Amino acid sequence: MAAVTPEVLTSTHVEKMKKKKLPKRYWEETEKTDQSQRRPEEEQGKAGQNQNKSTVKEKSLKRKNGESLEKKDPFPGEAPIPQKQLQKFQRGKKCKVPAGARERLKEAIAISEAMSEHAQKQAARYDLLLPEDAGFLEGDEDEDTNTISQADIADAVDITSGSKYFNLHLSQFGPYRLDYSRTGRNLLVGGKKGHVACIDWQTKDLKCEMNVMETVNDVKWLHTEAMFAVAQKRWLYIYDSKGVELHCVKKFNDVLRMQFLPYHFLLATASATGFLQYLDVSIGKEVAAICTKMGRLDVMAQNPHNAVIHLGHPNGTVSLWSPNQKESLVKMLCHRGAVRSLAVDKTGTYMVTSGLDRKLKVYDIRAFKPLHSCFLPAGASCLSLSQRGLLSAATGEIVQVYQNVLGSNPVSKPYMAHRLRGQIWGLAYCPFEDVLGIGHGEGFTSMIVPGAGEPNFDALDTNPYRSHKQRQEWEVKALLEKVQPELIGLDPGQLSKVDQASFEQRHKEQIEALGFDPLAKDKFKPRTKKKGRSSAGAIEKRKRKVAHEDQRVFLSLSLLSLFAIISHCSYYRHDDASHRRCNIFKQSD
Amino acid sequence: EASDFCLYWKWRHLYVPRNYDPTLHPFEVPREYTRALNATKLERVFAKPFVASLDGHRDGISCITKHAKSLSTIISGACDGEVKVWNLPRQECLRTVQAHEGFVRGICSRFCGTSFFTVGDDKTIKQWNWEAPGYGVREEPINTILGKAVFTGIDHHQREGTFVTCGQTVDIWDEQRSSPIRSFSWGVDSFSCVRYNPVETELLASCASDRSVVLYDTRESAPLRKVIMQLRSNTLCWNPMEAYYFTCANEDYNLYTYDIRHLDVPVTVHMDHVSAVLDVDYSPTGREFVSASFDKTIRIFPKDKGHSREVYHTKRMQHVICVRWSADNKYVLSGSDEMNIRLWKANASEKLGLLSAREKAATHYNKKLIEKFQHHPQVRRIARHRHLPGDILKQKRELREMREAQRRKEQNVRKHSKPGSVPLLTEKEKHVVAVVE
Repeated sequence: MAAVTPEVLTSTHVEKMKKKKLPKRYWEETEKTDQSQRRPEEEQGKAGQNQNKSTVKEKSLKRKNGESLEKKDPFPGEAPIPQKQLQKFQRGKKCKVPAGARERLKEAIAISEAMSEHAQKQAARYDLLLPEDAGFLEGDEDEDTNTISQADIADAVDITSGSKYFNLHLSQFGPYRLDYSRTGRNLLVGGKKGHVACIDWQTKDLKCEMNVMETVNDVKWLHTEAMFAVAQKRWLYIYDSKGVELHCVKKFNDVLRMQFLPYHFLLATASATGFLQYLDVSIGKEVAAICTKMGRLDVMAQNPHNAVIHLGHPNGTVSLWSPNQKESLVKMLCHRGAVRSLAVDKTGTYMVTSGLDRKLKVYDIRAFKPLHSCFLPAGASCLSLSQRGLLSAATGEIVQVYQNVLGSNPVSKPYMAHRLRGQIWGLAYCPFEDVLGIGHGEGFTSMIVPGAGEPNFDALDTNPYRSHKQRQEWEVKALLEKVQPELIGLDPGQLSKVDQASFEQRHKEQIEALGFDPLAKDKFKPRTKKKGRSSAGAIEKRKRKVAHEDQRVFLSLSLLSLFAIISHCSYYRHDDASHRRCNIFKQSD
Repeated sequence: EASDFCLYWKWRHLYVPRNYDPTLHPFEVPREYTRALNATKLERVFAKPFVASLDGHRDGISCITKHAKSLSTIISGACDGEVKVWNLPRQECLRTVQAHEGFVRGICSRFCGTSFFTVGDDKTIKQWNWEAPGYGVREEPINTILGKAVFTGIDHHQREGTFVTCGQTVDIWDEQRSSPIRSFSWGVDSFSCVRYNPVETELLASCASDRSVVLYDTRESAPLRKVIMQLRSNTLCWNPMEAYYFTCANEDYNLYTYDIRHLDVPVTVHMDHVSAVLDVDYSPTGREFVSASFDKTIRIFPKDKGHSREVYHTKRMQHVICVRWSADNKYVLSGSDEMNIRLWKANASEKLGLLSAREKAATHYNKKLIEKFQHHPQVRRIARHRHLPGDILKQKRELREMREAQRRKEQNVRKHSKPGSVPLLTEKEKHVVAVVE
């Protein structure tokens, strides 16, 4: 022991004699390249303007031998935010101060602009803190991802994720329709021959199972996992999660397809008799019943962005409906044969349709223009879009998943494919999971599709891991802010816009009633100034000055309106629903 | 991923991951609108402005004043000459003084908060100690000044030992002397109210019975200027923050805010009362003021709005004589004919007491929502609705009809006379008769 300790001591002593090296800071080696690396970022985000200031400071603090006295901040200014991230949280355009605005208005606009910009930045910064990342399946070189089988994927991933690939063999009562609850925890399957079951599909815990002894056309969860609707042969039934029949809604007969609008608490149903009906599930009232006069309605989808219902018809048209209007908002001719299936993406920008002409088409539904189409040899009987934009199409017995469909590029080969036995009757992506549920003649298959679901949920909106208490609290909150059905229209942001037309109308009426224009500018009365400054000539001069200014404002305004008219002529005008009622878009291929 | 959540299973109720991606939150505007609508409704549901009634006076209340230093103390004077000192949190009377014979016309607190002055119908000015005398000792004023005529109002200087009274003249007194150091009069027989400017402390304003509001500078020998209106003003109050504005309560049911630099046209005409306005007082923030009227209501006006944002009334409240806004900006005090002082919340739906952080955040959010959607017809309709007693509603309609008839007639006259001979007068211009320098 005694021999060992001095050795240790000497060794430490020797080390001390050496010049102690400071621990390396992470910015030191990149110091030289620092400036050049940061350039593109600076160009993107406007932050980092302080850079110039700091260099000026540096110079003043430099010694003769070139060493700087003070430690400088390697990342001056606030952290830059990539433009793309900022774009994601942009709401509308920036407000411009109108010409000739008053000081108070200018101030109010400036303040509100600053606040919204701040909020936008904060939200964009928060993206950094999101716990999960998104990603897709990537094959080796020369390997198509669509050749990778589900069993291989299930083997390769962790046990929890692997257990998400499973089959339910239910050959007796098939084919099956299915629906996932909004949080993605619960699965509802309904067989054509009356078998209805709801399952917590992750724990495989069977909540209830029954046979309604009648044809089942469609099944749908309502706002929570405590209630679901089943469209049976005659009437619409509502059951609770234990399978107890709560309601038999006899106003809704021969329902074929259903959609639930979660923020409006509306259950929209399409029937064999051609009726589109809306049921408010919070008060149990029929909100609207629209006779579409389009025959049997068995193709239906909702636009999650604006709660407009899309219906596909046997004559190849797709019509858009809101509960406030007896006629359709828009009718589009999409296919040469009947429309077989429809899907709308969650941003409300794209619609994907498939028809009996065996074509798959992608439309931009803001401009109502086709983007691209492709020919599928077997045709697609069911379509479904995932939260992150993967499209799955059921072609015969095969489910194909396509990537990058939404956009202007045409569809190439599928991203994934999976063969099943029996006809496919229902397709649905599970929210917040990389899982595609398939209902078919032989039962139900849960398929792993990497990159399908949104990885980061918002716990105040839809929390898959919520407790009983949290669910109760959420339900109360959601009911309090239930959006009224009157607010459904093509543009959900309409409410926040200024109603110029009715203002002008009211102003006109006011002028008529009062006999003069209350908003008219007073005639300029020059104030008397100090002694000697208010000669008749000076007053006249001041008057003329103001008159010139007014003339200038007037001219610039009239020029502006002229430009506006020209630009309106050249671009497609985005207008409100009523004007677009009978827009029929011809097939362009 | 799931295991992360399971790890914190015990604290799962605390773990609320957020994702602010707009595509995960559709219907932003309609949902926010619904929230704003709910917030507006809740605001009306929770609007319970009445806090307490202080009873004990044996005649109508004629004047109230705040303690200069203490938030919880007020003094009130009644028509039988009695003065009472009140403790507001305990809602009890601390002290009763039989100060005058006949009305107590005015009370003011000394700036240091050690004594207060009262004037009454018995032509006396009395100075009283804030401290009550010991047990068995008679209530005696520190100082009594016998005047020549009846005094109708009193106000004390902000920093010095001088005060001002009004009656047949406006007199400036030194506390040490028994005769006024200066008197102003401008061909007027009587004044009803006089007030020191809270910022420019040598400036005075008074309401005179010849329908005028007169401005004075105590350093000068003569009054500065006056504005004559169509009807008499009862009282006035300076805006404590922008002290170049004052608001006067007029007999013609309106209140007028003037800028002392441009007296020819009032800055704002505040209309809503249906009878003479008797008293007015600004909030300490200077953004709003409260007015008391003969029509048995009190109203709260934003300083730059033509109409009131709030109206308070009860079944039992009679003509409101005097009104004060508390120094903490939270309460309004009103004294009325039927011997009660009432304590109201300045913001009717405000929750009193300590608020938790979440409550604060929620009220703040709701306030912002209401502000954002205030111009939507539904929101505005609910936010504006106030219940009014039947007779006031009737009078309001009658007044509107009268104004409409008058306007129509004027319009017809204009139509049938030489263009330009009947000028179009705005509401502001109508009520000022002249400005005299």
